Amino acid sequence: MSHKPALRNPRLESAGLDSWIVRLFEDIDEHNLLWLSALSRRCEQAFGDALIDLVPSYTTLLVVFDPLRVSPSDARTLISRILVDLEPDDSAHAGEIHELQTWYDTSVGPELSRVAKHAGMAVSDVIDAHSQQVYRVFALGFAPGFAFMGLTDPRLECGRLDTPRRRVPPGSVAMAGRQTAAYPTGTPGGWNLLGRTNARLFDRAREGFSLLRVGDQVRFVPVSREEFEREGGDTTPMEPLA
Amino acid sequence: MRQQANAEPCIKVLRAGPLALLQDSGRFGVRHLGVTQGGPADLYSWAWANLLTGNPWGTANLEITFGGLQLVAGRDLDIAITGADLGATLEQKPVPLWQRITWKEGETLAFAKPASGLRAYLAVCGGFVAEPVLGSVACVTREELGGFCGMGAKLAAGDHLSVHATELHAGEGLKQAPREAIPDFSQPAVLDLLPGAQIAHFAGRSLFDAFNTWWQVDDRADRMGVRLIGPRLNCKISTLVSEGINLGGVQVPPDGQPIVLLNDRQTIGGYPRLGSLSPLSASRLAQCLPRERVKLTAKGSGAVLEEYRSFRALFNANSR
Repeated sequence: MSHKPALRNPRLESAGLDSWIVRLFEDIDEHNLLWLSALSRRCEQAFGDALIDLVPSYTTLLVVFDPLRVSPSDARTLISRILVDLEPDDSAHAGEIHELQTWYDTSVGPELSRVAKHAGMAVSDVIDAHSQQVYRVFALGFAPGFAFMGLTDPRLECGRLDTPRRRVPPGSVAMAGRQTAAYPTGTPGGWNLLGRTNARLFDRAREGFSLLRVGDQVRFVPVSREEFEREGGDTTPMEPLA
Repeated sequence: MRQQANAEPCIKVLRAGPLALLQDSGRFGVRHLGVTQGGPADLYSWAWANLLTGNPWGTANLEITFGGLQLVAGRDLDIAITGADLGATLEQKPVPLWQRITWKEGETLAFAKPASGLRAYLAVCGGFVAEPVLGSVACVTREELGGFCGMGAKLAAGDHLSVHATELHAGEGLKQAPREAIPDFSQPAVLDLLPGAQIAHFAGRSLFDAFNTWWQVDDRADRMGVRLIGPRLNCKISTLVSEGINLGGVQVPPDGQPIVLLNDRQTIGGYPRLGSLSPLSASRLAQCLPRERVKLTAKGSGAVLEEYRSFRALFNANSR
């Protein structure tokens, strides 16, 4: 960890009768998470049972409360008071560390070659560059347990597909821009697919449901097809893009 | 719990229609995991169906979109149908809406198609039986969560639905909604918008247009959101870093046509927003059919809070 950005000019913006968006930063930065985590904790204490949901994202926290118990103006006052002496939560900087076993292969990651071509690198170098980095979870959204992680090696930066796939198989490990993710369930998607993980990313029977949380750290660990299959991975190849 | 599960399923689905979903008040406390809210698109009518059947706030009932649903009762049930007029009949005789009625064993309850409004709510005294998933039975098909099976399935022909036994006695509680409480969905909707978010970044002309246009509801309208067609709204910022988005949020993508976010919206999004509809205006919009007209009007949070409080107070006063 190098410097911590100071909280320059936090802003509160109405997001409806029951919520405020707290805008802490303008730009994406790993250190934002320390502040967002601290703000979440303080909101939990301040709102107690009147708190409905907290949605952290790259630079903001959406605070949703029960307007029958806390009026929008009282909620604004509560949050403003927290912001006066908010300190980054250094204990949260580590997050949990996850290693996701990933089978990188063009049969399940057809855009390995697209990314390689785009970067002017060999496919094996793309795999190295993607798997050697520890990523941070910036936000969850799009689908239950879908974690937006970053930032990737700048050489790998690659835009989305022009036409999204109608269905991306669960476990698909993907990239778009300088972000990376793994699809928890089969959904439509336009990211570049690099491989597949056997990790269960969203499990309704698990305590906490989602494997990954905002602030967690993630590394994709390359495994062989045999290892991937042994751990229950699905090796069904992708259908070519229509 | 005062209710007990009735072992026997007592409603059979003969025909499912395009979309019939079990909905409680929604799934809360899990949005940070990317799980959406779900719940009734028209909270107002959903709540009235529960009120008229003596069910407490939050009891799951059926949201019937467009019609086409046919059900047969396996025993006598007290029910109420609120929301849209979808031409509901019992044994081919029109059913009175917004009041408690008895649905006798063996009778077929059928929904035809929209006469006014889009979504009807069917509540049964005692409430439907389903196992909560992530704290709620709210059915979200895209996320494969909730509903009768827990996997987010909409109703299908051949389904058997169970209802909790109830102690409700005939004559107990409010049986009929007063005339002034029944919305007229045939009138163009005027929707209250709480200004907020990025409204300051919209061009002056666009702000004028936003609040002085009869917007037309697009075909692209579902439980995730409703697109409105009208003059192009211009915002100085075209996309944002994704952030949490709330029910009723009015986002404007680069094409300048606003999308009002409803119950099944994604949990984060990156388009600039004008603000959010009031909860009851989001309910009203959910009853609009494609090509109907709506107008946006700016409202302060004080007035919106007052309206929401009196709506909810009705339930505290009349619920058992």
